[in-house]
Amino acid sequence: MQLDAKNIGFRYGKSPWLFKGINFSMQPGEVVGLKGPSGTGKTTLCRILAGYEKPLEGKVTLGGKALPEIGYHPVQMVFQHPEKAVNPRWKMGKTLKEGGRPDDDLLARLGIQQEWLERLPNELSGGELQRFCVARALGPGTRFLIADEMTTMLDAITQAQIWHAVLHLAEKRKMGILVVSHDAKLMNRLCDRVIEL
Amino acid sequence: MPILEVENLSVTFRQYASGLKERNIRAISNLSVTLEQGEVLAVVGASGSGKSLLAHAILGILPANAETAGSIKYCGETLTAKRTQSLRGREIALVPQSVGYLDPLMRVGNQVRTAVRNGKPAEEQRKVFKRYKLKSVVEKLFPFELSGGMARRVLLSTAMVSGAKVIIADEPTPGLDPEALNEALLNLRELGDQGCAVMLITHDIDSALRIADKIAVFYAGTTVEIAPAKDFTGDGEHLRHPYSKALWGALPQNGFTPIPGSQPHSAALPPGCLFASRCEKATKECHQAQPDLRELRNGKVRCIHAT
Repeated sequence: MQLDAKNIGFRYGKSPWLFKGINFSMQPGEVVGLKGPSGTGKTTLCRILAGYEKPLEGKVTLGGKALPEIGYHPVQMVFQHPEKAVNPRWKMGKTLKEGGRPDDDLLARLGIQQEWLERLPNELSGGELQRFCVARALGPGTRFLIADEMTTMLDAITQAQIWHAVLHLAEKRKMGILVVSHDAKLMNRLCDRVIEL
Repeated sequence: MPILEVENLSVTFRQYASGLKERNIRAISNLSVTLEQGEVLAVVGASGSGKSLLAHAILGILPANAETAGSIKYCGETLTAKRTQSLRGREIALVPQSVGYLDPLMRVGNQVRTAVRNGKPAEEQRKVFKRYKLKSVVEKLFPFELSGGMARRVLLSTAMVSGAKVIIADEPTPGLDPEALNEALLNLRELGDQGCAVMLITHDIDSALRIADKIAVFYAGTTVEIAPAKDFTGDGEHLRHPYSKALWGALPQNGFTPIPGSQPHSAALPPGCLFASRCEKATKECHQAQPDLRELRNGKVRCIHAT
């Protein structure tokens, strides 16, 4: 199923249009890079694709149909700052289950250790937390993953670990990935093509 | 004489584990690093390796439940709490990591002006904003109205106008687009060339290499290697510590090869070498005692097997 954005336009309140007339589409299994200077609305576009915002103009469709309003959202987003994307009072096991029952093979590939499930977010490092956020976003219903600066805050080893796990799964499930990053070398390594906002 | 000298620094946090039971978390152990005038030192390592804590320890802004041991000297004299307080913002400036360090209720232009020590505040602030390509409307904005990259540039501006001799930049680059990144790095290098000492804390080795003279590699709260920047080349054959080599090999433009496992948690540090559980070269000896930091080929390393 193809993900399409047609004529997307968005602005916050009465401020000038952040962008207008954005068109692009992604095939299943495709890894696409998105780049552009800061402040051009990359994160906002990601939020629209993942259903956190509604576009003011245009529409996003998956396989020709509008994205579902209820139930599991097939386009999942992973944010740059994992510490802001988890409930600080929940143990990690509970956070992980928000996206359904996690796949054991994926947890192993992401290097998530069993004993971490009993910990609170402040007892884990940023890299460890991000692994949970990635695992949570990769439920069986995910068709497209939006990785908004997903590994920007992480060291190179953790970055490589997480991407190897994600790419393996994407290939197995024919899942598409949108990679937002300022790191041209990372984009080179990961992406089939790169678009500019 | 080094302008800043950190020797055997340890930082321990006292935490409540459950109920009234306390536990100690050793976030930094036996960390040593020196900073010379005119030098850019990059500190690289995973998150949770103690990079930011080092910055906070130098500036004396650790939380109240932290205990430190070891010494930090500025211009040869030990930094006491009182001395730190009079130096920070004047002689030693911090570019903080999080955008949360900006005052949410103050227009950002005014915030930068309060940091100006020489010259007219408004003029200096406009000059530095222009340099960072921040439009003149930005000075009237509040922090919540800025994008991530803009906020980052405002934080950098604050340190740039301070006229400090030691600049500690804690992850100043994430979220900057290539042009802004380039400008920020050039600016830090210029400060170094003008005689300031710059400590660039980052996990972006690539950016660090563009301006740094020396690189200190941190792992689990200690220095595992200090190397001249030029050693980060090829397959990493000039590097000394197995962790530095692994870090180098994991870069997207190199092998993109991960090694398994993750950094030990600071509440459960192993007695021996902190990297031993992930190290291919580890022997029985490595698990027994933490190796000392020793001189090797114009650098330093904390590994008994390094050659």
